[in-house]
Amino acid sequence: MTDLVTLTIDGKQVSVPAGTLVVEAAKKVSIDVPVFCYHPKLEPAGMCRMCLVEVGLPMIDRATGKPVLDDNGQPKINFLPKLETACTNKVVAGMVVKTQLTSEKARSGQNSTVEFLLTSHPLDCPICDKGGECPLQNLTMEHGPGKSRFLFDEKQRLDKHVPLGDLIWLDRERCIQCGRCTRFQEDVAGEAVIGFAERGRTMQIVTHSDPGFDSVFSGNTTDICPVGALTTSDFRFGARPWELDEQASICTQCPVGCNVTLNTRREAKADGRIVVKRVMPRQNEEVNEIWMCDKGRFAHHYTDAANRIGKPLINKDGKLVKASWKAALDLAAEKLSASKKNLIVLASGRLSNEDLFNLKSLADGVGGQAILYSDMGGGEATLPVGLSDGSNLGALGKGDAILVVASDLYEEAPIWWLRVKQAADRGATLIVANSRGTKLDKFATHKIRYEHGQETATVKELGGKNKHADAIRKAGNLVVFFGNDGMGLSGSTSLGAACAHLLKDSDHIGRPNNGLVGVWPRVNDQGAWEVGFRPSVNLAEEIKGKAVYIVGADPAGDNPALAKALKSAKFVVVQDLTHTATADLADVVLPAQAHTEREGTFTSGERRVQRFYSAVPVFGEARPDFVITAQLAREMGYILEGSSVSIVFDIMSQSLSAFEGLDYPLLAEVTVQWPEVGHGDIYYGGTSYENKKGLGAHLSSAAQRGDAVRLASPRANKLPKPKENEVLAVPVTKLYDMGNTIASAPLLDGRVGEATIALNPLTAAELGAAAGELIRVGWNGSQSEVRVRTDASVAEGVALVPRSFGIPVYEPIGLPVRTVKKVKA
Amino acid sequence: MRLFDPAVQMLRGLYETMKQMLFNPVVTVQYPEEKRKVSRRFRGRHVLQRYDNGLEKCIGCSLCAAACPSDAIFVESSENTDEKRFSPGERYASTYEINMLRCIYCGFCEDACPTEAIILGDNYELSFTDRQSAIYTKDFLLEPVRAASMLTPQKVAAGAYPRSVPEMEDPSF
Repeated sequence: MTDLVTLTIDGKQVSVPAGTLVVEAAKKVSIDVPVFCYHPKLEPAGMCRMCLVEVGLPMIDRATGKPVLDDNGQPKINFLPKLETACTNKVVAGMVVKTQLTSEKARSGQNSTVEFLLTSHPLDCPICDKGGECPLQNLTMEHGPGKSRFLFDEKQRLDKHVPLGDLIWLDRERCIQCGRCTRFQEDVAGEAVIGFAERGRTMQIVTHSDPGFDSVFSGNTTDICPVGALTTSDFRFGARPWELDEQASICTQCPVGCNVTLNTRREAKADGRIVVKRVMPRQNEEVNEIWMCDKGRFAHHYTDAANRIGKPLINKDGKLVKASWKAALDLAAEKLSASKKNLIVLASGRLSNEDLFNLKSLADGVGGQAILYSDMGGGEATLPVGLSDGSNLGALGKGDAILVVASDLYEEAPIWWLRVKQAADRGATLIVANSRGTKLDKFATHKIRYEHGQETATVKELGGKNKHADAIRKAGNLVVFFGNDGMGLSGSTSLGAACAHLLKDSDHIGRPNNGLVGVWPRVNDQGAWEVGFRPSVNLAEEIKGKAVYIVGADPAGDNPALAKALKSAKFVVVQDLTHTATADLADVVLPAQAHTEREGTFTSGERRVQRFYSAVPVFGEARPDFVITAQLAREMGYILEGSSVSIVFDIMSQSLSAFEGLDYPLLAEVTVQWPEVGHGDIYYGGTSYENKKGLGAHLSSAAQRGDAVRLASPRANKLPKPKENEVLAVPVTKLYDMGNTIASAPLLDGRVGEATIALNPLTAAELGAAAGELIRVGWNGSQSEVRVRTDASVAEGVALVPRSFGIPVYEPIGLPVRTVKKVKA
Repeated sequence: MRLFDPAVQMLRGLYETMKQMLFNPVVTVQYPEEKRKVSRRFRGRHVLQRYDNGLEKCIGCSLCAAACPSDAIFVESSENTDEKRFSPGERYASTYEINMLRCIYCGFCEDACPTEAIILGDNYELSFTDRQSAIYTKDFLLEPVRAASMLTPQKVAAGAYPRSVPEMEDPSF
C-alpha cells in the first residue's frame, strides 16, 4: 500500500498516493486543469505551460522542523513566487493548490499561454480534420483571451503539407511542440522514429526512418495530438467529427481483439450508403488501453470491398448465376443432406462465436466433421490452461515472467507486443525464444535462439535446470505466448502442448495473470477451438470426394493444392463476404454479413469474450452467418437457433463449461476505468473513445474451475531434411500481407510491398543472390517472383517465406534452389 | 330624403373608387413580366461564390451544414491538387447539396461560412415537381463564370496556393 498524501486544491481536500501529479490529484476531485503536453499514459514533460497553477507549501521552521502556524493555528502557507506547472509537480503533504477556478493569477497565466500558443497557429480550423474534437480549440474557447495582441503579419510560416510516410500527414504550422507524439513513440512504443529538429519557434517534427514514420503504432499519435498537426491519410478530409455516428466494435485483424469505435457516415462517394469512415480505439485498460495498431486502423475497408457478394449464387453449367435465397438454401440443403456423414464444415476464425457454435452443432447433428481452417495448432492446450479469468497483461511487472516462443508479436499482434514490452519496462522478466531475431529482442531479459525443429525441445528445457528455467520457476506470475513462426500445424500443436506442460509443471495455471496465450492468425481462432473446431493436418485429402461447407475461408485462393482438392469435392457451398477464388469453385455461394453489419462476440487470444455491434446497414441481401447456418440446418431437418444472436450465446453458455455464467448483458457491463478518457475532456486523453458498450468477460479455464487438467504430450517435430541444393523454407507472418482483409486498403499498399524472402547473408551469397535482388523461385509447378532480403539472424540454409504473399509454404519444406535465378537487380 | 339615400350612397362609393384609381399610386406588379425589387438583405436561393479567377470560395468545411437548423445541407469534401484545383487551399467541397424542401431561408449558413462562399441571393423563383429535383447540387448552386477558362477544376502552377485556407481579413478591422 503506498502512502497517501493529503493536499488542498481549490479548498477541496484530497488524498492521493504519494508520487501523484497535481493535475491528476485535481482530476480526482473533478477539477480539470487544462493541459496540452500532459497525457496520463506518458511521462510528464512540462512543455506547453498550459497547466499553470499557484502552488503553496506549508512553511517549515528551520530550527524545529515543524510547520509554522499562523494566528488561527493553521499551518502558514508559503506560495511560490511564480506559477507552477500542475503536470510536473508531484503532490506534497499539506500542499495548497489554487487552479484557474480560484486564482486570478493562474487564470491570467493560462490565458497568456493560449495567446502565445496561438501566435503562429494558422487558425485553419474550418479545414482541419481535428476541428471539432480539438483540445486547442476547446481550451482556447474556455481559457483563451479571445483577442491576440500579436501581429498577424509576423506569424510563423511553415510547411503545411508534409507526409510523414504514407499514413500520417504533418502540418508544421499547427504543431504546438508539446512532444506527445515523440514521447509516445519513444516511451510507449519504443520506436523513436520521429523527433524534433531545430529549436525555439522553428522547432519541428521530423521523421528519421525510411519509409517515413515506420511504426505500426503511428496512428495513435494522431489520437493524442492535441492539435491537428498529425492527421491520418485514411480520414483526410473524410468528414467533420461532429457528423460521424459512433458504434462499438472489435477489431478483426488479429487475436488481440482491440476494442474499437467505428465512426460511420452517409457518403455521396459511396453512392449514398452509410460507410465506416474511420476506426478509433475504444478504451479497455485490460486489452488495448487506449491504443490500436495501424493495421486495425487502416485496413478496415475490406467490409466495403468492391467484390462483396450481395445475392446468393448458384452454379449453373459452370457459371455462377444469381438466385433467390430459397433456391440457394434448398439446393445446398438437398446436396449436403445427401452426403450424410461425408460432410465437412470448414470454417475460419474470422467468424463470431455464435456462427462457429451453430456450424459445429450442424456438423455434429449430421455426423460430419468440423474443421478449423488454420495452419496453427495447439488450441487444445489453451482450453485447460489458457490465460485465467481476471488476468491483465497491464498488471504484470516486477517478479513476473513472460515467455514468448516462436512468435514475432510485432508482426502478428502489435498491441500484445506493446503490452509485453511495457511489462518488461515495469520490470517483468521477458524471455524471447525464436529461431531468428525479432523486434522484441531489444526488450528481452533473456534471448533464446533455437534451431528450426527444436521449438518443443527448447520449451522442455525451460522446465529443466538452467538460468532461463530458474527465471520461470521463480516467477510470481507467468504468461506464455506461443505462435507458429517458422512452423506449420504439427509443429505449433506440439509447441502448444509443451508450453502447457511448462505452465503446469511450474504451477502457473488456474490463477489470474497466469496461463497460455495462442498468437493465432485470425481474430476468433480461440473461439473456434472453444466450440470444438479442430484444424486438420491433411485438409486436401479430407475434402476430396466430400460435400464441403466452407465458411469465411478462402482455401483455394491460399493454396493451389487445396484448390485442386476442392475441384474433386462432391459439392461445395461457400459462405463469405467477398467473391474469393474458392467461391469460383463453389456450387452454391451464400452472401454473409460483415461484422460491421451485425451483432456477435469474438473470443480473443487472451480468452476474453467481447461483443461487437452493428454499425452500418446490411450489404445487399447478405445474412448473418449463424442465421444462414440455422436456415440451412432447418432445411436439412435440424433445429438451430437462427433468430437472435444472444439466444445462440445463451445456448452456448449452457452447453460449454468455459462460457458458463456469461450472457450478453454481462458482456456489455462497464466499470470505471482509469485514466478517464473520452468525456468532454478530450484534451486529457486524446480522441480515443470512452467504453460505453462493454469490457467483455474472460472465459474460465479447466484449471481455474478445478476440473482435471489433461494435456496431450508434445510430439517430437520432424523437419524435412533439405536435400542437396535445397534450402529449408519456413513460413513466417507479416503484419501487412496480401490477405483478403488488407487487399481493399490501397493506403497500405506501400507497407505491404512485394513478396520478400529472408536469407542469411551467407546462404544468399551461396545462391549468388544479393540483398534487394529479384529472383524467381518455383516449386510444385508454380512460380513466384520474390525479392531477397538478408538477415544475419536467420539460420544458414533457411529461407523465411511470408504467409499470404502468394507463395504456398505452410509447413517447413525443402525449397529447391536450382530454380533460383536472377531476373533483374 | 330617404328616397334618395341609395343613390347618394352609390355616388359616394363611386367617388371613392375613382379617387383611388386616378390619384393613388399603382401597387400591383405585373408578375412575371415585371418583378418587384427585393430588399438588400433579402434571403433567396443560395449561390456559391467564386473568386475573380474562377476558383470556388467554398472550402468544404461543412460549417454551413452544422449551422443549418433544418439539416438541409450536405457537404462532402476532397483534397485539391495543383492539377485539379477547385478552390485555393487544400480542401474543396466535392459534393454540395441543399434540400430546398427543407431550407427555411434563415441564413445561418451564410453566417457560419468562414470564406463568405455561400450567399443567399435574390432569387425566389424556385419550383420543382418532385422531391429529387428539390435537391440542388453544387453545379446548380455555383455562380456562373464569365469565361470558360474560369471553370473549375483548374490546372495551376505547382505551389501557387500554399495556404490551407485563403487568407482572410481580420474581422476586427
